[in-house]
Amino acid sequence: MSIEIKTNSVEPIRQTYGHIARRFGDKPASRYQEASYDLEAKTNFHYRPLWDSEHGLNDPNRTAIRMEDWYAVTDPRQFYYGAYVGNRAKMQEAAETSFGFCEKRNLLGRLPEETQKQLLRLLVPLRHVELGANMNNSKAAGDATATTVAQMHIYQAMDRLGIGQYLSRIALMIDGSTGTSLDESKGYWMDDALWQPMRKLVEDTLVMQDWFELSLVQNVLMDGLLYPLVYEKMDQWLGEQDAEDVSMLTEFMRDWYKESLRWTNAMMKAVAGDSEANRELLQTWIDHWEPRVYDALKPLAEASTGVEALDETRAQLATRLKKFGLNSQGVSA
Amino acid sequence: MPVKNKKLNLKDKYQYLTRDMAWEPSYQKKEDIFPNESFEGIKITDWSQWEDPFRLTMDAYWKYQAEKEKKLYAIFDAFAQNNGHQNISDARYVNALKLFLTGVSPLEHAAFQGYARVGRDFSGAGARVACQMQAIDELRHSQTQQHAMSHYNKHFNGLHDAAHMHDRVWFLSVPKSFFDDARTAGPFEFLTAISFSFEYVLTNLLFVPFMSGAAYNGDMATVTFGFSAQSDEARHMTLGLEVIKFILEQHEDNVPIVQRWIDKWFWRGFRLLSLVGMMMDYMLPNRVMSWAEAWEVYYEQNGGALFKDLERYGIRPPKYQDVANDAKNHVSHQAWATFYQYGHATNFHTWMPEKDELDWLSQKYPETFDKYYRPRFEYWAKEHPEGRRFYNNTLPQLCQVCQIPTIFTEKDDPTVLSHRQIVHEGERYHFCSDGCCDIFKDEPEKYVQAWLPVHQIYQGNCEGGDVETVVSKYYHINIGEDNFEYIGSPDHKRWLSIKGKQSDDKESGSSQDAA
Repeated sequence: MSIEIKTNSVEPIRQTYGHIARRFGDKPASRYQEASYDLEAKTNFHYRPLWDSEHGLNDPNRTAIRMEDWYAVTDPRQFYYGAYVGNRAKMQEAAETSFGFCEKRNLLGRLPEETQKQLLRLLVPLRHVELGANMNNSKAAGDATATTVAQMHIYQAMDRLGIGQYLSRIALMIDGSTGTSLDESKGYWMDDALWQPMRKLVEDTLVMQDWFELSLVQNVLMDGLLYPLVYEKMDQWLGEQDAEDVSMLTEFMRDWYKESLRWTNAMMKAVAGDSEANRELLQTWIDHWEPRVYDALKPLAEASTGVEALDETRAQLATRLKKFGLNSQGVSA
Repeated sequence: MPVKNKKLNLKDKYQYLTRDMAWEPSYQKKEDIFPNESFEGIKITDWSQWEDPFRLTMDAYWKYQAEKEKKLYAIFDAFAQNNGHQNISDARYVNALKLFLTGVSPLEHAAFQGYARVGRDFSGAGARVACQMQAIDELRHSQTQQHAMSHYNKHFNGLHDAAHMHDRVWFLSVPKSFFDDARTAGPFEFLTAISFSFEYVLTNLLFVPFMSGAAYNGDMATVTFGFSAQSDEARHMTLGLEVIKFILEQHEDNVPIVQRWIDKWFWRGFRLLSLVGMMMDYMLPNRVMSWAEAWEVYYEQNGGALFKDLERYGIRPPKYQDVANDAKNHVSHQAWATFYQYGHATNFHTWMPEKDELDWLSQKYPETFDKYYRPRFEYWAKEHPEGRRFYNNTLPQLCQVCQIPTIFTEKDDPTVLSHRQIVHEGERYHFCSDGCCDIFKDEPEKYVQAWLPVHQIYQGNCEGGDVETVVSKYYHINIGEDNFEYIGSPDHKRWLSIKGKQSDDKESGSSQDAA
């Protein structure tokens, strides 16, 4: 026996929107599809931007990369807005538990002063790097010409703001929410020789024009060396310096980075695989930027994990890029 | 920065969690990092004076927004499962959704792109963060609207190709050119246009009427979206007010620039709203309020109070406000009359109001409706069953700025069409009003670029020279399904069958004699 609710069934006259049907056929579409494909304006723009008379609105020539169809770049996470915030809400809930736990027991306030200083000097200044990443991804979101690509970048932009805020809260826990530790940490970012190559690199990215080059440098090269170095290698090292509790507070970043690899890899695969010209251009950019990123991180590695740890992450990045037919230094290192 | 060794208050803490992550660059020049901040002539002397219009850290944002989305999608699912489209007031209502999905939803996406851009452009990090949050909110609205309308698209015509139509269809160049205008402007004008004029001053006349219309007409999916977006909109409105006050407080030289923008964007917004006025007065089977009433409450009263408040900065109410106030009794009728005539070239249906609806209009517009509009509408209503449903087979003269056909009348004489023209560098340009003509004169080099749909058709840029080819091939409007008269349309027949009524074939016979 089964329960049978009688419903007034009505046959639909079509299964999905025309622009979705043209890509996938007229069959029931996923929420990701209806939210992500062919939504942005493509043609018949009325005016040229006053701020960039060389280009039109939604102009694919804002990057030198050429794609037959930018919608070939899709998100393996299938994030549309609702799926994105739903996922992050869960992640932040876990992070909140950890921050609450540390705060309640004053775990950071009880650390030796020297260890606290190391956190403020070596970890917390990364909040500024995150803000640079936030700006760079906001630019890419504004310049990208397919919703599938643009939306991944605005999610990334907001994620980086959030990560910068988590890093800031680590300092606020150390100083008892007075802000003095954040001031101290910002002083390192501005003046400590350790951070100057990185600050210069971030400022250099802020004047880049080509949004895809920028996304490559920011989301693949910089993150590709920085995240494994800081949140894996340096995390272990901090543990050895009696700061293992900090691990709880950076768990979000580890989970986040692992997840972000899914879309950055998919993007690299689609773009590098689209044409030999694209692959060559990516290679040129990698040749130019990867050593700079490495050099910018070197002082941080020297002051903490040792340069070998950075070399290991460099090798990991090289292996990863290899899958897309791209080479970077570090394989033989 | 606050006194040290004291716990930060909420405001200072939020600043540490946002703008304090920024720094004064020294390896690159500030003007190279923020190249778009100065060309408009706006002088910002101190970004630290920026008051964060809301304080929402990302963890809180994710949490609140996820809760809202969860509730919203539960309703969408229930709506689809229960075929909620069968419970609306009348299928004529769906035409308001067609106008919304093709005319407004693409603007949400354009807003996402625009805010992402200005969210990078400002050197003030507090303003950047507020703009970025609006960027991702606008993406949300663009996407949830696709999902809210998705079920309607499966059961009604005209909703099937919104973004494609937005780029091409003649009347959709009105909203599109509006947003293109804002997006091609500098970052401060963009915010004055969208955050202030659009979101703050006019949102109750644009976004809200569609949502109220949904509420009055049993459209659970759309009204739930409206409620869900309400707190986002509230944030966008506070940003709009903060932006304008901040710019005005920064430097007195900013006042005349902002005044010019307010004049321009008020007028552009007012013209765009003709489409909403028409929707409110004609397309909602259950009417919320008349367009004139909405204009009185939301512009004359609320807007009046706002501009009174801005007086202390040296800002006066927008130029030609008197013309707009007077036009509240005319624009919706003039617009509907136009769409009725050009119903063969629209993705939604048009019709003549029924008698009780005409009476409602007479009552709401005692000074104008019976005198200027009712006789024409009654004449058309009589012609239709005689096999002479009126379609206008010529293409109209468009205004170079707002891109609406030059259908509006003079303030002092509603029997005279308002038409202005000027010659610029040897070319003659036409306008619907002094308001639009002034906008052109301020930036002729911008408005000469306008992609005017009628000109484009005549120039052969729309896949054909005749209206039928343009409509079907270029616009993707399915002839005989999406367009023409409502009575006898496939939507109408489907609705009658849902309601268990027979369609009257006699009525439908005359709907195809256009173009």
